[in-house]
Order: sequence, then C-alpha cells, then structure tokens
Amino acid sequence: MTEETDILIEEEHGHDDAWSGAKEPFKASYGKLMMWYFLVTDAFTFAGFLIAYGALRFSSPTWPVPDFVFSTAPFGIHGMPLIFVTIMSFLLIISSVTMVRAVQEGHRENKRGVMFWMLLTILGGAGFLGCQAWEWNNLISTEKMTVTRNPFGTHVEDGVYLGLTGEPSAAEDDAFYAGESYLIHQAGHVGHHGGEGHELTAEEAFLEGANEEIDAAGISMAAIPEAGLDFPGFTLDEGGFIHRKFMVGEGSDQLPGQQSFGPKAFGALFFWVTGFHGFHVFSGVVFLTIILINVGGGVYVARKNGYEMVEKIGLYWHFVDLVWVFVFLVFYLL
Amino acid sequence: MGDHKSYEESIKGVYFGLGLLAVVTLVEVGFSLFGKGHILGGTGLHEMPVTVYIIGLILIGLSIYKAYFIIFEFMHMGYEVKGLAMSVLLPVILLVWAIIAFFMEGDYWKDNRDRVRELNERSLEQGSEESTSEVLDLYEELNKG
Repeated sequence: MTEETDILIEEEHGHDDAWSGAKEPFKASYGKLMMWYFLVTDAFTFAGFLIAYGALRFSSPTWPVPDFVFSTAPFGIHGMPLIFVTIMSFLLIISSVTMVRAVQEGHRENKRGVMFWMLLTILGGAGFLGCQAWEWNNLISTEKMTVTRNPFGTHVEDGVYLGLTGEPSAAEDDAFYAGESYLIHQAGHVGHHGGEGHELTAEEAFLEGANEEIDAAGISMAAIPEAGLDFPGFTLDEGGFIHRKFMVGEGSDQLPGQQSFGPKAFGALFFWVTGFHGFHVFSGVVFLTIILINVGGGVYVARKNGYEMVEKIGLYWHFVDLVWVFVFLVFYLL
Repeated sequence: MGDHKSYEESIKGVYFGLGLLAVVTLVEVGFSLFGKGHILGGTGLHEMPVTVYIIGLILIGLSIYKAYFIIFEFMHMGYEVKGLAMSVLLPVILLVWAIIAFFMEGDYWKDNRDRVRELNERSLEQGSEESTSEVLDLYEELNKG
C-alpha cells in the first residue's frame, strides 16, 4: 500500500526526491524560514498593541499633542518638537544599513568586514537604547508621567489662565486655544523649565510664584487633604500637583475651569509599547554581540554557508527597525 | 544586494537605501510639524479640517513605503521565492482590516459616551418625561446591540 502511494506521488510530481527530506521548502534554509515565521507572530503581537493604542486614542475625547509632549532633548534643549526622536530614528536606520553591509560581507566570507559592520550595528542599537533611557527618565523623573498618571492634558475650549491673584492673566502666552496641550507640574519640580540663561515664560513665572506661595503657606506635601487645597490661581491636589485655573468662553458666557490630567491610557500605552520595542532592541543587541563573538572565534567559517547566522540576526534587526517605523508614526508623528 | 548583483552594485544599493530612508523620515517629520502649525503656521493652512486628513494619509502612506522598502530590499524579500513572500505577507496584510475596524470601534465608543452623557445631563436639567424617555430609548437601543 505504501509503495503504491509512493509511486503515485512520484508520478504526480515527476521527481524522485520530493519526499526524501533533502529539499528546502521555498528555497530557504530551515533557520531563515523559521525566523520569518517568528517575525510574523511578532508582527501580530505588535499589531495587537497598535489596535489597543488606536482604539483607546480614538475613544478618548482628547489626546496629548505629541509635539508638545516630546519636545525635550538632552543638554537643556526644550521646545524643539520631535528633534530628539528623529535622531533616535536615524540611529535605527543607520544601524539597519550597517547590518545589510555585514550580511553582504558575510556572503563574500570576509570575516573582518562582518565584524566591523556588526560592531557598528551594535553601537547604533546601544545608542538608541541610551536615547530611550534618557527619554523615559525625563518623562518619569521630570515630567512625572507613570503608567497610571498622565500629567499631559489638552484644552477643549479657547480661554485664558488666571494669574496668582485669581484674576485673568494679561500675559500673552497665558492665553490658550482648544487643542493645545499642557503639562501639570508637581510643586517644587519645575524641572527643565527652570533652566537658567533664558527669560522665564509666563507659565514658568507662574509656577515659580506658585511654589513660593506654597512654601510661604508652610504646606507639607505629605499633609495635603484628599480634596486638595484651593489657592486663588490654582488648586494643589493630593499628589502635590499644581492645577492652574482658567476661564473659557467670551463675555457673560465665561466659565471657570482648571487643568485636569489627560487620558490615563496615554502613559500606560507609551511605556508598554515603546518598552516592548526597546526590549526587542535590547535582545537584538545581546544576540548581535553573541554572534559577533562567534564570528571572531571563526565559528561560521567552518560552516561555509556564507555567514547565514549573520543573515538571520539581520532579519530580526531589520524587523526591529520596521516596528519602529510604525511606533514612530503613531506615537510621535500623528 | 544578493548574488544577482555585483558587489559594487549592491554596496551602491545599500547607500541609496540609507539616503532614501533618511529623506523619507525627514519629509515625514516635516509634514507632522506642518500639521501642528510649527512650520508655515502663519498661513493657517494646517487649521483646515481637510489638511488634517490629508497629512494623516501622507504620513501613513510614507510609513508603509518605508516598511515596504525595508522588507523587500533590506530583508531581501523581493528576491525570495513567491510562496515564501506570500506566506509571510498575506497574514499580516489581513490584519490591516482588524486595525481599521478597531479604530472605528474606538471612535464609536467615544460618540456613544458623549451621547449618553448629553442625554443624562438633559434629563437631570429638565427632569422632563420627554428627555427621560429619550434616555430610556437609547439604553434599550444599546442593549439590543
């Protein structure tokens, strides 16, 4: 019976070794094919995150404006939207290109070339991780964003902030428009906005005044009541955050209001999705390092397959870059 | 970039790719900043609702182009057997609808919440039978799914 089936199949397909196991499906080696399928499953995971992000963002009445949230860079630079994250994108693009060069040198069995370009790739990945660490540190320590707290709110109406006395402020940058985002500061933490060498904006001047007022009142941050403390120009909440008061609307229709926290999901999604991507970069750097050491030890010379291992880690590394294209799109550009 | 091209050609191809991705990324950032009024903000063009949609579409289109280039050139998919390309790309392409559908669903959540809030406020304000029955009708509609 088996023999007959074999013969039948042989007749149908017209060659002898179709079932002998020596043929590679899709003319790709086992390792490369499986790397592709691993990447497909990984793409599904990231698509799940993208779906969560999109559905929650669409369902929120407001969303923090990215070029307001991501406008800080090291060395005291602020108010420069998207500059730092563009540098991060370039690091990943460049490291992707050096990875292609490493694979090409591998095809030529040029060990020194592979090592040189892989080393540059690792440096690019490590540089990206360093930038991300700085970005996270800035968001967590300076701007006080956590997975459950988003200090970046957005105005839904045009209006004007109140000064410390409780009267509408006359300063030009104390007027705001619907769709503009703001950062709720924690008392005593003026952070990067308090840097020397530039004139204080109206907001910075207000915060400095508010901090002095809080200090003068001798308020201990641990002893703020649950309902918060009311000042003429702002409310101090339980966590020590300064919510500025404002007036919206025109003439007799003016209504008072105060800054409120932005959608919680923003912090949770940002840290989770960029964190998961960063974890991919990190594990990529680890595997690249291991394979670099193996290349140096001559492991792949003996295999005589054109440094296929370098090609496989290359596929993974390009995928990391690919995911960043979309993380960059949805978190920073749109 | 593979055995089908000479070594010099493939090196040229790599640096072409670097330039291409860099330029596309810069163009994306430019469009994004224009959309938020940081570049050419004085013209007021970015405040038109249609601009928001167009810029969104341009940004998504350019990102998909970058993804295409990385997959087909850097990851060498353009030079693999068609079956391999299909078995990898088809499942991912099918996902696109899931993503769009959930974005629309998110938008619906927001509209729904706004509607319920508005009707609740109205019935609290007026306490009238009319608005109360409107709210009840809405809840019934929602429960029907």
